[in-house]
Amino acid sequence: MPELKTEVMTVNMGPQHPSTHGVLRLVLELDGETVLSAAPTIGYLHTGIEKTAEQKKWQQVIPLVERMDYLSAQSNSMAFCLSVERLLGIEIPERVQWIRVLIAELQRINSHLVWLGTHGMEVGAVSVMLYCFREREQLLNLNEMLAGFRMFPSYMRIGGLREDLPRGFHAAVRAFLDAFPAKLDDYEDLLTKNTIYLQRAQGVGVISKEDAVAYGLVGPIARAAGVDYDVRKYFPYLGYDTLQFDVPTRSTGDVYGRYQVRVAEMRESIKICRQVLDRIEPTGPYAIKDPRITPPPKDRVYTEMEALIQHFLIYSQGFTVPAGEAYVPVEGPRGEHGFSIVSDGTNRPWRVKSRAPSLLACQALARMIVGGLIADVIAVIGSIDVVMGDVDR
Amino acid sequence: MDADALIALLQQAVPGAHVEPAASIDLQATVFVSSAEVPAIARALRDTPDLAFGLLAELTAVDYWPREPRYEVVYLLVSLAHRTRLRMKVRLAGEDAHLATVSDVWPAANWLEREVWDLMGIAFDGHPDPRRLLMPEDWEGHPLRKDYPVQIRMTPQAAEPLQVTAEEFRANVERDRLTRG
Repeated sequence: MPELKTEVMTVNMGPQHPSTHGVLRLVLELDGETVLSAAPTIGYLHTGIEKTAEQKKWQQVIPLVERMDYLSAQSNSMAFCLSVERLLGIEIPERVQWIRVLIAELQRINSHLVWLGTHGMEVGAVSVMLYCFREREQLLNLNEMLAGFRMFPSYMRIGGLREDLPRGFHAAVRAFLDAFPAKLDDYEDLLTKNTIYLQRAQGVGVISKEDAVAYGLVGPIARAAGVDYDVRKYFPYLGYDTLQFDVPTRSTGDVYGRYQVRVAEMRESIKICRQVLDRIEPTGPYAIKDPRITPPPKDRVYTEMEALIQHFLIYSQGFTVPAGEAYVPVEGPRGEHGFSIVSDGTNRPWRVKSRAPSLLACQALARMIVGGLIADVIAVIGSIDVVMGDVDR
Repeated sequence: MDADALIALLQQAVPGAHVEPAASIDLQATVFVSSAEVPAIARALRDTPDLAFGLLAELTAVDYWPREPRYEVVYLLVSLAHRTRLRMKVRLAGEDAHLATVSDVWPAANWLEREVWDLMGIAFDGHPDPRRLLMPEDWEGHPLRKDYPVQIRMTPQAAEPLQVTAEEFRANVERDRLTRG
């Protein structure tokens, strides 16, 4: 019998592959079904947001940064506001601080739900996607109630929030928090002990603790590998040090570990939301009282000359930010992110640089898939939860 | 850890290193180091047990055109063991800006340095894969430089010139008009 001819095959996966969560291209070299090498190519979604931000006034940057990582929009704008507020040297009222924490944690649940749904679908559990998007819809409804916009509310402003919480917001959030834990149990019933899922996820895409730190991986990927780094605990901001919550970690470093960490994180986020909801008074300040930075309420603009002038100045010239450099890290759904901003003392930023956790996750992707099977590539891409808008910016 | 304690530790680890403290208003100590000493200092920052900056959170650059030295490369480092952060900065002249790579110290720097090369045009000596990261490979210029225009108005260029002359084109149009009657 003649010897069978074997050769290495090159497969081009993406950029229009449904499991690449946007436009990620992978050039894979395969020996049979085993991946020998992987070369990710990125940049298809590069829109130059950092360059555009340099042309905008400070408060005009907020809608731009929300569109970078489109699954954690409010977490982005919060990180940007915190950095600018550090440069301005302003302290926000305590009520605003708790509202921001509440919104950030709801955003984390929202992002993890999209992740869980798409990841479940990619490994064959289509019903998980339907359930997760059902709950996500309720979170988007909360956003709509809050700001009239579902994906990119631009509700965070430098110096506070755009407006006060709408009537009935507390009750709506509480209703969601009461119903959600049972839903989360349902998702776990579908996956956690599902043999098919376990076989797709356990021992797949493993990254060691040392590699996770060396490759700059943070957030759920690092915590699944045993690194307990969480910005909320290590470098507390917005009063997170006064809240009771745990940081779930696993030591396996595989796809299943990341799944467990994210599901546990949603439960911790519910705990945080309940605590801060009790601390938010129904009425109170929603922004600092600084006429140079926050615009006056609309009813005063229509009736008072000074308020009209103030409104006009803020929306035409903006405000100046003292020269300097600031970076305030926050824990987003994908790990530490934040904005390294430089001001030259004018009303426009000199440089805005986003720390993109997805970029570094994408870089480490090759390390996780080489040596595995091509079918596992999809499970691993899903498990690292990359948002291509954040990778390419 | 404040900048002074950190500088004392660094100077023990790298004798003769030139490290100067800088003002900082966030929670990270900020130091300037000279570009020639970056590889040695990076290794000392990672390997000295009292520092242990194992996580490179960010590597970026700022263009201060037209000031000289024009660029500042910024490294944001995290020490998970000591729960401290450090911002290390390097000043670079505008002419022929280049710097030694740290991707052998922190593998995370690989793509971050490629991004800085791509968008700012700062070359990293000894980089294992010195290609552009975000822009197309045949792109000219480095878009995040301050002297790079925000909007370029240029006529699109065809890859090949048209194969018909102006006379032939007019004749064709005339013939079509006649045959259509």
